[in-house]
Amino acid sequence: MERSFFARNPSALIFIACLAGFTLLITVLAEGFGADVISTSMVKTLGKTLCLCLIAIAMDLVWGYCGILSLGHFAFFGLGGYMLGMWLMFERTKEIVVSSMANAPLPPTAQEIRDGIGTQIFGVVGGSEIPGIWLFADSLFAQLALVVLVPGLLALVFGWLAFRSRVTGVYLSILTQAMTLALALYLFQNDSGLRGNNGLSGLQNLPGADAIPQSTMSIWFLWASAAALALGYLLAAWIVGGKFGSVIRGIRDDEARVRFLGYNVEGYKLFIFTVTAVIAAIAGALYYPQAGIINPAEIAPIASIYLAVWVAIGGRGRIYGAVIGAAFVSLVSTWFTGGQAPDIPLGFYTIKWVDWWLILLGLSFVAVTLFAPKGIGGLFDLIEGRIAPNRHGADLGPDMSALREKEASE
Amino acid sequence: MSTLLEVSGISVTFDGFRAINNLSFQIGSAELRAIIGPNGAGKTTFMDIVTGKTRPDEGRVIWGEKSENLLKLNESQIARKGIGRKFQRPTVFEDQTVFENLLMALKKARSPFDVLFYRRSGHDRDKVEELAEEIGLKDELQRKSGELAHGQKQWLEIGMLLAQEPRLLLVDEPAAGMSPVEREHTTNLLVEAAKTRAVVVVEHDMEFVRRLNCKVTVFHEGSVLAEGSLDHVTANQDVIDVYLGR
Repeated sequence: MERSFFARNPSALIFIACLAGFTLLITVLAEGFGADVISTSMVKTLGKTLCLCLIAIAMDLVWGYCGILSLGHFAFFGLGGYMLGMWLMFERTKEIVVSSMANAPLPPTAQEIRDGIGTQIFGVVGGSEIPGIWLFADSLFAQLALVVLVPGLLALVFGWLAFRSRVTGVYLSILTQAMTLALALYLFQNDSGLRGNNGLSGLQNLPGADAIPQSTMSIWFLWASAAALALGYLLAAWIVGGKFGSVIRGIRDDEARVRFLGYNVEGYKLFIFTVTAVIAAIAGALYYPQAGIINPAEIAPIASIYLAVWVAIGGRGRIYGAVIGAAFVSLVSTWFTGGQAPDIPLGFYTIKWVDWWLILLGLSFVAVTLFAPKGIGGLFDLIEGRIAPNRHGADLGPDMSALREKEASE
Repeated sequence: MSTLLEVSGISVTFDGFRAINNLSFQIGSAELRAIIGPNGAGKTTFMDIVTGKTRPDEGRVIWGEKSENLLKLNESQIARKGIGRKFQRPTVFEDQTVFENLLMALKKARSPFDVLFYRRSGHDRDKVEELAEEIGLKDELQRKSGELAHGQKQWLEIGMLLAQEPRLLLVDEPAAGMSPVEREHTTNLLVEAAKTRAVVVVEHDMEFVRRLNCKVTVFHEGSVLAEGSLDHVTANQDVIDVYLGR
């Protein structure tokens, strides 16, 4: 008989407690609800970081556990963002168009409103027609479904083609990167129907929620991101905790052997690839309303490479490692590239961190890979090793030493 | 005795080198068979073909009562039909415990969804413990299999094979790197297993083959050179010339 889920995964409980504590702390200190210590933009940065942690979990599942170094998961992340962004932008623009036409002598027809929206959204790429892919953009429910369906189907079809031909290792990585690049280049085109390199903007404004200030909205999104991260963590822990985890770790270590045990390796890879693509898409759908804007540059292959770096630095093959890596590296990166890190004058040359941060990140990636393959997560093993084993016995002293602990305490 | 596996007229060429040349082979449903032959005789390639890793250029591989064509199936499908394979080098999942290794091999539904929603029952637990007892690893169940000694890994792999409950076991050099006591244990395991299923053992060590006390097939240059009892084949002049005489 099996022990309960949390007994088998003590780290899940600790993680969720930490996450809840963190979210509450930020809420209490935030501008929107509490002490006004943390600015709204900082709350948004933290909320976005939680979404990045969620996609890092997806990356850890697919790479750290199953051994597929995918350089395409940010494409799914971006697609998720685009799908939700379409609804946000469409409905928001509709509100603006309707209110601007409210003073006209005749009430506007549905067609006039539609034309108005088309001109507003697509004027920037020289069009006014609303493309076919915006068919469901007026329905939140449909676009939420597309957040899951579009990246999920793309991953399913791509994965089926790639895994079926038994493409593995670095070739598979290159293939996923090619997919990402192709998608980004397609979206850069003005006639892709998603506003080319302008992307979608104004996503921070929820339609019908004008009265709610951004300071409050940012807290809502922080909570939603934290909830999604907690659920994602539990899902990941459940997937890798049982026999399924055994099989995918087996695939990572010796694919052929798993095949000879009778497991359909391609099916497992496809499953994990698709599930993680969906997790990535959900993370993206929560990220971009906080970022306010999405454009094809977000999908560029470099983003997915960063993702691999976060997971490697955090420690692959353990879920909390991925979370720590994503949070740590992306926050440090924000600090360095935001111009907050002090420059270092060397007399003949001044090190500006905005320029040198990438070098530092690259060097730390190489260092971690060479000297600490377990990453930051490996530190927990060290701590665990230092703490003496729990021998479970009280020091009873000389008088009662003949008694057992239970007797002595009575 | 009914025929379980029938391989007929298979040939395979790698870059012009003929690894298997018009080879035919049969084994019954409860039979122990040893395959011997010099290096490059095609023993491992033969196993690769039966397990679906390599496709032959010509020939047929027919399986079971329903005479299914194995050449149309991939490795995992063939494994699910009931063919288990042990590699020369012990290949266990070193990062996982002995228990996890055995549980993974246990005969159960293999599709991703079945495995995802799999809940370990007491029955499966008992079965794993029973197997561990049989291969002498009962006390090591919670240890990582990477920590085991070489011989123990070999046994774990045999245990994983038995857990699959295959109808045909293909075993490549099971006694390599084992001490005499371990060898004897392995012999007993294989002889025992062959009472209920077909077992094919590829081995270099004549002493070990003699102890198996079974029919022997000699491979040479990709085809069968001789077949019969060990005494029969060792008396064969061709066999002496190509193999034993060296």
